[in-house]
Amino acid sequence: MFELFEHEADIGIRGFGRSMEEAFRNAAKAMFSVMVDLEDVQTVEQRTIKVSAADAEALLVEFLNSLLSIASMENMLFSEFKVKIEKNSEYVLECVAKGEKINLKRHRPKIEVKAATYSQLAVSKRNNRWVAQCIVDV
Amino acid sequence: MQLKKIADYVWELPKQGKMLVPGRIYGDEKTVEHLYMEEQRGGWSAIKQLANVASLPGIQKYALALADIHPGYGSPIGGVFAMDYEEGVITFGGVGFDINCGVRTMKTPLKLEEVEKIKEKLAEELFRKVPAGLGSTGELKLNLEEIDEVLAKGAHYVVEHGYGFKEDLEYIEEKGRIEGALPEAVSIRAKQRQFKQIGTLGSGNHYLEVQYVEQIFDEEAAKNYGIEKEQILISFHCGSRGLGHQIGMDYLKELDAARKKYNIEIPDRELVCAPIQSEEGQRYFGAVKAGINCAFANRQVIAHLAREAFCEVIGIAAKEIKTLYEVGHNTAKEERHKINGEVKRLLVQRKGSTRGFGPHQEEIPEEYRKIGQPVLVGGTMGTYSYILRGTEKAMEETFGSTIHGAGRRMSRVRALKQWRGEILAKELRSKGIIVKAHSWRGLAEEAPGAYKDIDEVVNVMHNAGITLKVARVRPIICVKG
Repeated sequence: MFELFEHEADIGIRGFGRSMEEAFRNAAKAMFSVMVDLEDVQTVEQRTIKVSAADAEALLVEFLNSLLSIASMENMLFSEFKVKIEKNSEYVLECVAKGEKINLKRHRPKIEVKAATYSQLAVSKRNNRWVAQCIVDV
Repeated sequence: MQLKKIADYVWELPKQGKMLVPGRIYGDEKTVEHLYMEEQRGGWSAIKQLANVASLPGIQKYALALADIHPGYGSPIGGVFAMDYEEGVITFGGVGFDINCGVRTMKTPLKLEEVEKIKEKLAEELFRKVPAGLGSTGELKLNLEEIDEVLAKGAHYVVEHGYGFKEDLEYIEEKGRIEGALPEAVSIRAKQRQFKQIGTLGSGNHYLEVQYVEQIFDEEAAKNYGIEKEQILISFHCGSRGLGHQIGMDYLKELDAARKKYNIEIPDRELVCAPIQSEEGQRYFGAVKAGINCAFANRQVIAHLAREAFCEVIGIAAKEIKTLYEVGHNTAKEERHKINGEVKRLLVQRKGSTRGFGPHQEEIPEEYRKIGQPVLVGGTMGTYSYILRGTEKAMEETFGSTIHGAGRRMSRVRALKQWRGEILAKELRSKGIIVKAHSWRGLAEEAPGAYKDIDEVVNVMHNAGITLKVARVRPIICVKG
């Protein structure tokens, strides 16, 4: 499950989950839902990314920004994500993102996300439910 | 935090806590009321952000915010921060993700009535020619070496390759190329993101408009800038695209490591920074300059595409369309300003604000030196934009800086609930404005009603004597991503 939340200039994205991994996955969905209706994206291609960070919050920003970089470089949109997070001396995240090249007619893209930011950034667990959120700059 | 009124339209945030200098805000009672309300609500507050910036090492005189102040990432939008070039820091928050996002305005020899007749066709052609929106690509495809040249040479590179004219360069800040860019400080990934994005408008609040001069406030200045009533202008707002965004992402990390290394305490994660004179600081500054040049090149290509559309539909020569001026909003520049009576070498970071130099400055085109630098302030597609001029007072009080736009008053999520793009386009059409948008949803988010009143912020700066009104322009065509 994910949602978008209000912000004065840009947009807030929030992912929920029973695990941190699921919350991250849903946060990624939330971010791409700003750019496109997810059901319009066919999952015919996949890309793997690996990022690391000292804390869970920085990991979320790293993760989302890596997805944006790949999407922008390859002119792709993603709609499904498989996320694995390990914690040793630091957090390490591996993600398989599925999607396809942008097709302007079929995807009717909405608005471009420039970056995920540290603003209202939070990764937390409340009542057995994980939440991962931040503001994205559009 | 309480603000103290120190003059008409000028407020001081007294030094407190870890602030090294006071804050200064240009605004009226309404501006201040809004700032207080925001702070009381908790969460994001522009006053708090201004106080945070005032605690950065090396900051001079005061942390400054102009009438379009609102919360940003680390630093408030509408902010200007002058750092001691030897002792100060350079911060990510003072530049942000869209490096040198800015506005270019061009003058055509046409009058409103000549364009009204073929408005529909012109709008179609501009929409077809100027790539905009998510996933759009430009006609200029570059490889790594060519991108490095763009980053080093800015608008000059694309002029050499047939986009626009040498005469345009004189009327761009830094003459279209800032010295000292370090292409090697920009990641391969950032460069790859720009292979196909030169000459694209982007989305969000970026636009291209055909406008007419509705009202002139200052005849002498208007004459000097070469504009008259009913004249058709072309204005567009865009930045450094994917390359700029990636530089931001990369240095958010690198500067975090640097500030730990140099033991700099910061009150907000987005104010990550490094001493200007450190290796990391110089690398970031060089990367920002590369981003600045990328945006110059980007806008020069869009200028060319807009000219092509006009030539094809109206049959005028491309050279008849001249650049009035081009300003940047998110920049870091080395400048000299007076501090306590002495001229000092500074790093001036403008975050969502515009350079607006007064008369006689050698940085502005010779032709405009008697009047001062033109400042182009973007309004919304339903209202109007302004052309202002810089003053001597701005040189003394605001490090030669002023506002950049109206600023939002409503969130995108709320705007989406309130407006529908298709209906909005119809409403604007009934007012004589043709809107061409790649995304109806994106258009709804940019509804004129979601923005503050541009008149108010412009009037504050005018009444404070920082930038004076020259002309007001109204859109007849608007192209959006």
